[in-house]
Amino acid sequence: MQPIISINGLVKTFPVGNGFFCALNDVNLKLGTGEFVGLVGPSGSGKTTLLNIIGSLDTPTEGKAEVLGHSIGELTAKESAALRNKDIGFIFQSYNLLPVYTVYENVEFPLLLQKMSADTRRKAIMEALDWVGLTNKEQSRPSQLSGGECQRVAIARAMVKRPAIVLADEPSANLDAKNSHNILQTMRKLNEELQTTFIFATHDEKVMQYLKRIVYLQDGEVERDETVNQPNRNE
Amino acid sequence: MIKFLWKGIIRDKGRSLLPVIVVSIGVLCVVFLDGLMGGVMNNMVKMTANFQTGHLKVMTRAYNGNEAQKPNDLALLEVDELIKDLHQKYPNIDWNPRISFGGLLDIPDSRGETKAQGPVAGSAYDLLSDDSKEAERLGLQKSLIAGQLIRRSGEIIISSDFADKFNVQPGDTLTFFGSTMYGSMSFMNYAVAGVIRFGVGMLDKGAIILDLSDARQLLDMDNAAGEILGFLPDEHYDREITESIKQDFNAAYADNSDEFAPVMLQLADQNGMRDSLSYMGSVSFIMVLLLVFALSIVLWNTGVLGGIRRYNEFGVRLAIGEEKKHIYHTLLVESLLIGGVGSVIGTAFGLGISYLISIYGIDYGAMMENLSMMIDPVLRAEVTLRMFYIGFIPGVLSMLIGTALSGQAIYKRNTAMLFKELD
Ligand SMILES: Nc1ncnc2c1ncn2[C@@H]1O[C@H](COP(=O)(O)OP(=O)(O)OP(=O)(O)O)[C@@H](O)[C@H]1O
Ligand SMILES: [Mg+2]
Repeated sequence: MQPIISINGLVKTFPVGNGFFCALNDVNLKLGTGEFVGLVGPSGSGKTTLLNIIGSLDTPTEGKAEVLGHSIGELTAKESAALRNKDIGFIFQSYNLLPVYTVYENVEFPLLLQKMSADTRRKAIMEALDWVGLTNKEQSRPSQLSGGECQRVAIARAMVKRPAIVLADEPSANLDAKNSHNILQTMRKLNEELQTTFIFATHDEKVMQYLKRIVYLQDGEVERDETVNQPNRNE
Repeated sequence: MIKFLWKGIIRDKGRSLLPVIVVSIGVLCVVFLDGLMGGVMNNMVKMTANFQTGHLKVMTRAYNGNEAQKPNDLALLEVDELIKDLHQKYPNIDWNPRISFGGLLDIPDSRGETKAQGPVAGSAYDLLSDDSKEAERLGLQKSLIAGQLIRRSGEIIISSDFADKFNVQPGDTLTFFGSTMYGSMSFMNYAVAGVIRFGVGMLDKGAIILDLSDARQLLDMDNAAGEILGFLPDEHYDREITESIKQDFNAAYADNSDEFAPVMLQLADQNGMRDSLSYMGSVSFIMVLLLVFALSIVLWNTGVLGGIRRYNEFGVRLAIGEEKKHIYHTLLVESLLIGGVGSVIGTAFGLGISYLISIYGIDYGAMMENLSMMIDPVLRAEVTLRMFYIGFIPGVLSMLIGTALSGQAIYKRNTAMLFKELD
């Protein structure tokens, strides 16, 4: 397995009052193409902090985090924006679709930033909507969709640029069981078909059923790192 | 991308409505005030030109040196020849000799004894020639409140304040006492043809109007005139044209040291009009500047509120990999679009209101009664080409400045907080 993410001796501290709070402490982790991995742990264990650094939204205090050959922390703001724009998709707990734009336009937005021709855009958008089963809703506004549909649009938006990595922070937290399963199946399918690496931060049992690998975090440290051999994919 | 932003503006009324309204109102004010000031200025220029300065004026140098006294002893002689000459050189200009003079008007009782007497300011115009435009230029017909215009020699029109004060009616005969241009005593009887009221204090005070030929006879000014006023075609003043005619005319007399040689002035040279004209220009400029300033502050605040409303949107866009600089640029582009739309709306309304006021006018005559300004008591805005674009300067600029200031907030956004803020 060729690692696309390699984290060595990562420490992240935050200034709190007069001292520092250590949110990540000596984290070592290698992730390869096509992984479907979850960062699992109790609240405050550092899951989001780690996703933030992998997503080049934040930088390490100590140690090294390499993502697709880029050393996070040594990138300029412009370079890290370019990395996110091209290679990393984000999925949030609360969808965060742009409310004034249609489903189609929300999915189109990342491609507009890449200055893609209208034809290429259209094809990519329709394909992404097809992956999540929303081709019939392309002209709807987010306010007209159910939560599950919104999250599927968010998945399409993250996937439309065919990134190497998708980061999802508690993607199922606002969804009921049926919708949670639905979006996880969709993501699993994309993971298999496109070899996209998915990294979740979660403590949702439903999500865990789908993971191929689980990294347990506790107080900012990797407690366990398990490969799940027979992922349970019961509906 | 612009199309994308445009959709956002159209659909998100909260983003666009308030700024568009603010810009529209501001632009409306600029356009309308510009039209109003243009109208007032135009009106002032017209009134001043028609009654006092012409677009061009020829006098003797001596008369010019003492113009306030209307010294007819220094008047132009051989006026017919001079006008012929002027016509030849400047064929498009309408040249009109005029005489102003002072004296006493005597109102006799039924037995011919003096009943009352009052000082009057006489103005003589060519009112009886077929091709003369003077009556129309002075608006005599529309200012007439009793009787009729002068139709023959021996008739005068008197101002309403005089008529009221001495209870004179059309048809009465009055006697004028004055002095000829050579200083000897002269008097003449006139029939009152009509009573006039211009609604402008300085024109109405003890005014009498008579035909030029009568004045020449009265004042012994055969073929003479105090002033010759020139008017451009369509009565439309143009500073450059008049300036070049003036220069050309005066150059011909440059070597002549005679104090009775003619000299030409243009409108801007007289009655402080040059200052008034440039003053109006700078008022427009200052008004635009003030508005840019005031609107920018309002729109800055609107932008700050908008930024709070769109906090999430900007966060998502940053996470998706849009650069802060790019988001800032898109905000500026949005502001140009919004500023443009607001300017179009404001300009349309400003032009509309100006147009209505140019047609119907606002009568503020009562306010103007005692002003010594040459201005028509009916205010009319003017619709000019300039008004089609002048509003865009403050409209677009203030929106741009307001957004440029409020949009700076995007640079303070910490990407490390995005995941937390968006969850
Ligand atoms: N910007 C910050 N400043 C100070 N402390 C922070 C900051 N960000 C995170 N922390 C702290 O770091 C720790 C890890 O936070 P993190 O958000 O990664 O937890 P998490 O595992 O995602 O928890 P949850 O499951 O509740 O989302 C927490 O104790 C948090 O208070
Ligand atoms: Mg978290």
